[in-house]
Amino acid sequence: MVYLTRKAEFAASHYYHNPDLTPEENQRIFGKCNNPNGHGHNYTLEVTVKGEVDPRSGFVVDLKQLKEVLHREVLDAMDHRFLNKEVPEFSVQIPTTENLAIAIWQRLVSKLNKAQLHRVRVYETPDLFVDFYGEA
Amino acid sequence: MKAHLTRRYMFSASHRLHSDAMSKAENAATYGKCNNQYGHGHNYALEVTVSGPVDESTGMVCNLLDLDRFVQREILQRFDLENLNNRAEFIETIPTTENLCTAIYDILQRGFTHAHLDKVRIEETMMNSFEYAGE
Ligand SMILES: [Zn+2]
Repeated sequence: MVYLTRKAEFAASHYYHNPDLTPEENQRIFGKCNNPNGHGHNYTLEVTVKGEVDPRSGFVVDLKQLKEVLHREVLDAMDHRFLNKEVPEFSVQIPTTENLAIAIWQRLVSKLNKAQLHRVRVYETPDLFVDFYGEA
Repeated sequence: MKAHLTRRYMFSASHRLHSDAMSKAENAATYGKCNNQYGHGHNYALEVTVSGPVDESTGMVCNLLDLDRFVQREILQRFDLENLNNRAEFIETIPTTENLCTAIYDILQRGFTHAHLDKVRIEETMMNSFEYAGE
């Protein structure tokens, strides 16, 4: 088994707010991130796939295909977007780094052929990242 | 759904690697420059990884404010700009980055209750790093 990681970057804005909570609770839990005008990050995404090396091509995955899927399913939808307003998952879920990693996993997992998705890692800043392995 | 969250912190500290159980020559051979009696320092990068189900009402594994507050109070205040050899944690053990990893892991494991602790990773320099997951 060999693991391959592809990196991508995107910039997006978001804010954290749960309409079921009072304004005071929202403020306490989310702090500055509760500002409804949003704020932005340069996200770094690392997608790791795994598989056996194909004896004919020497590849675990066709990197060209992986790049295409990544662009179509994730970057086109999220780069330079307001996540709360423009990405359907986040009309209900809060666009935290955790939920972002899960949403990206779900967008990719069924679209990859041959290689198996192993991990989605999302850096919100160099000091904070979330890993999602598809665990229930 | 279960996610793993990693937060990175920086702190600077000095240490001297020296074992009273070894002779002078053995200390010099084992620790090399790190045995210098006046000590030396590093800018450490600490990565704390916690995991758990993503809370539906907050979208979080644990509130970052809680983690930051805990690490600030229990780890950074204890070690940042200190001489590690003088700290209670290193009375019995040598302040190698291995032992620093396990000491920080123990502090988090005992005191941080908002999420499951996966592991502690420390970069001593850009060239070496250490991980401890409680094994
Ligand atoms: Zn943010």
